[in-house]
Amino acid sequence: MARLKLKEHAINREWCKGCGICIHFCPKQVLELDSMEKVVAATPEDCICCKLCELRCPDLAIEVLTDQDEKND
Amino acid sequence: MTKSTIKFVQGNEACVEGALYAGIDFFAGYPITPSTEVAELLAARLPQKGGKFIQMEDEIASMCAIIGASLTGHKVMTATSGPGFSLKQEALGYACMAEIPCVVVNVQRGGPSTGNPTHVSQGDVNQARWGTHGDHSIITLTASNHQDVFAMTVDAFNLAETYRTPVILLFDEAVGHMREKLVVPEKGAIPLVDRLRTAVDKGVDYHPYLPREDGRLPMSDFGGDHRYNVTGLFHDMWGFPSNNPSVVNGLLHHLVDKIENNVQAITRYKEYFLEDAEYVLVSYGSSARSAIHLAKNRRARGDRVGVLELQSLWPFPEALIRDRCRGAKAVVVVEMNMGQVMRHVKAVVDEPERVFLANRIDGQLITPTDIKKLLRVIQGMGV
Amino acid sequence: MSVKDYLRERYFPHMWCPGCGHGTVLNSLLRAVEALGLNKNDIVMTSGIGCSARISGYVDFHSLHTIHGRALAFATGVKFSKPELKLLVPMGDGDALAIGGNHFIHAARRNIDMTAIVMNNRIYGMTGGQFSPLSGLDKKATTAPYLTIDNNFDVVELARAAGASFVARTTTYHALEAVDLLKRAIDHKGFSVVEILSQCPTHFGRKNKEGDATNMLELYKANTAKLGSKALKENPSLIARGIFVDETRPEYCEAYEEIIQRATGGKR
Repeated sequence: MARLKLKEHAINREWCKGCGICIHFCPKQVLELDSMEKVVAATPEDCICCKLCELRCPDLAIEVLTDQDEKND
Repeated sequence: MTKSTIKFVQGNEACVEGALYAGIDFFAGYPITPSTEVAELLAARLPQKGGKFIQMEDEIASMCAIIGASLTGHKVMTATSGPGFSLKQEALGYACMAEIPCVVVNVQRGGPSTGNPTHVSQGDVNQARWGTHGDHSIITLTASNHQDVFAMTVDAFNLAETYRTPVILLFDEAVGHMREKLVVPEKGAIPLVDRLRTAVDKGVDYHPYLPREDGRLPMSDFGGDHRYNVTGLFHDMWGFPSNNPSVVNGLLHHLVDKIENNVQAITRYKEYFLEDAEYVLVSYGSSARSAIHLAKNRRARGDRVGVLELQSLWPFPEALIRDRCRGAKAVVVVEMNMGQVMRHVKAVVDEPERVFLANRIDGQLITPTDIKKLLRVIQGMGV
Repeated sequence: MSVKDYLRERYFPHMWCPGCGHGTVLNSLLRAVEALGLNKNDIVMTSGIGCSARISGYVDFHSLHTIHGRALAFATGVKFSKPELKLLVPMGDGDALAIGGNHFIHAARRNIDMTAIVMNNRIYGMTGGQFSPLSGLDKKATTAPYLTIDNNFDVVELARAAGASFVARTTTYHALEAVDLLKRAIDHKGFSVVEILSQCPTHFGRKNKEGDATNMLELYKANTAKLGSKALKENPSLIARGIFVDETRPEYCEAYEEIIQRATGGKR
C-alpha cells in the first residue's frame, strides 16, 4: 500500500467546538488549540495521515486531505 | 369484485369491509375488547390482497407503526377501545403535529380505567377531541348502523388523506358486536381519495410542510426522491425543528385552521322528521337507533318529534345544530355518557335552557322507553 | 462520496456539547454507510427523544424524529410496509431501554431487519443529568444525589436473550472498530444491535469525576478489551468489545411473504 502523503488538514472552524479529542490522541502532536479555542495544525510536517483525528472528531470538523485521496476522486 | 354484495355481519366487520373498500394496506393492532374482531378479520383479509397485518407488543407501538407505514405511502388503520385509546394519545398527537394520514378506530366500552369492557358506552367523545395534549384539531366520525359504519370508515380514509390528519372512528360496543345486513357497494360507487403526492421533480427543493394555496400539503413517500425530516417538534417548511415564534404560531394556526375552517365540508349527519319538529332529539351511534325508533312511534301518535343524528362529532357541527334546534320546544340529547355532547349542544343553541339529557351510563343500551319517560316529563305529562 | 455528502450541512454546527460522543457515533455511522455504498434514498433513520435523537435531523436520509422511546415501533411500521428500505435506529440508553425497553425486546424477538444503535452515555443528558437504566450502581446523577442503587441492564445480554441475531459493542474511542461493526450490523439481515459507549462529559463525566471528554475516552481505552483477547482473559472485569452474536435466522418481513403466499394460495 502506497503511503499517504498529506495535502492539508481541512478544518471547519465554524463546526469545531474545541473539545481537544483530536489533539490529545494525535500520535505525533500535530494539532493544537489556537486563541479562539479552535484546532489548528501546528506541525503538519509531522502528520502521518493516520486520520484518527478525523475518525474521532465529534464535530465532523477535521479532514485529513491526502494525495492518495485526490487520485481516488 | 365488481358487483355489490350483501352480507350479514357484525359492526366491527362492516368497519373492516369499509377499510378494505377504501384501500387499506397496513394495519397494526393489539387485542382489546370490544374491537378485537377488527384485528382478527384484517389478519385474515390483508395478506389476501398483499397487504400487511402486524400484531404489535402494545397499543402505543400499534399507533406508532401505522404512522411509520403511512409515511411510506400506505393507507393505514389501527383499532382499539378505551384503555388502548388512552395509551395511543401521545402518538396520536404526533400524527396531528407531523400531519400523517391515518385512521384510528375506537369501539367504546365503559370507563374510566378498565371499566366495563363488554358493555356499551359513549364515554370517549371528549377524549377523542382532547385526549392528546396541546392545542390541535381532529376529525371524529361515528355511526349507528352497519351501512353507515361502512360508509363512515370509507369517509375516514378519504378525510385523512384530504386533510393530512388522523381521523377517529368512534363506534360503540353495541354497534361493534350487533349483527345486521350490510350491502358492500360495487367498486367505484363511492369515490376514494388517494394520497396527494408532490409533483416537485427530483433534485428540486421540496417543502413537505409548505401548504399549497388550498391548504393541502402534497406528500412524498419515504424511499422516494425527496429526503426530508418528520418531527413532533414545531418545525419549518422542511420539517426541521424550530422554536422561532412566528414558525410556532403559524404552524399551530395551520393545524387548527385546516380542520376548523372546513367544518361544513367535514360535517356528516342524518335527519328524521325535523321539518316541523317541536321536540328535537340529538343523538349518534347506537343510542340514535333508540331515538329514531321513539320518534317514529311518537309520530304515529301525533307527537312532533324529530331526530338529528350526528355522524361527525369533531369538528363540532355548531351551525347545523343551532339551525336544526332553532324554535324547538325542547332539545333532548340522547347519549350513553354523562352529557358529553349535551354540554356542547347547550353551548351553541339559542336557548340552552331548553336542552335536556336522556342518558344511560350503566352499560345497558338506552331504550326508546328511557327517552320517552324524560320526554313526558318535559311535555308536562308526568312521570 | 465523502462523509459530508450524507449530512444536512445547513444545520451544522450540531447542537451537541463540546466533546459529546454522539457526534463521533454520527461520524462512524456515516463512514459505515459510505463504505457500504448505500443509496441515500434507500435509508430511513428513525429516532426517539433526547440528545441522541437529534442525530436524525443531521443526516441526508429520510428521517423520522419521533416520540420518546418509540423509535423502533415507528421503524417497524416503515420497514414492514416497505421492506426494501434500510432502517437505522439510533437511540439513547434511556430512550432504548427505559421508556423504549418493551419495543427493544420485541423488535429483537421478531428479528425484523433493522439496525438499532444504542448510544450509551449512561445518563439522561437533555433533561440535565438524571440516571438511566444503564448508569449502574453507585453513580451520581441529579436524581441520585446519594448515588444510585439501581442495577443496570447489560445491553448485549438483553439483546441476545430477546432474540437479536447480531449483537456488538464498541466505544467512541474505538472509532475504526465502530465503523467496522456498524458496517457489519447494517449489512446483517435481521435485527442487529450495536451498543456504542459514548461519553457525556457535561453530565455523567462531571458528576462522576471522570474528567473531560479526552479523559473519558482514555477510560474506554483502559476499561474495555476485545472479545477473545489476552487482556480480557486476564481481567474479566473489563468490558468486552466485539461481535457477541452473528447468526442467520428467519427475518420477519421475509416470513410475512410466506403468510401472503398461504393467504392467497400461492397466487401472488
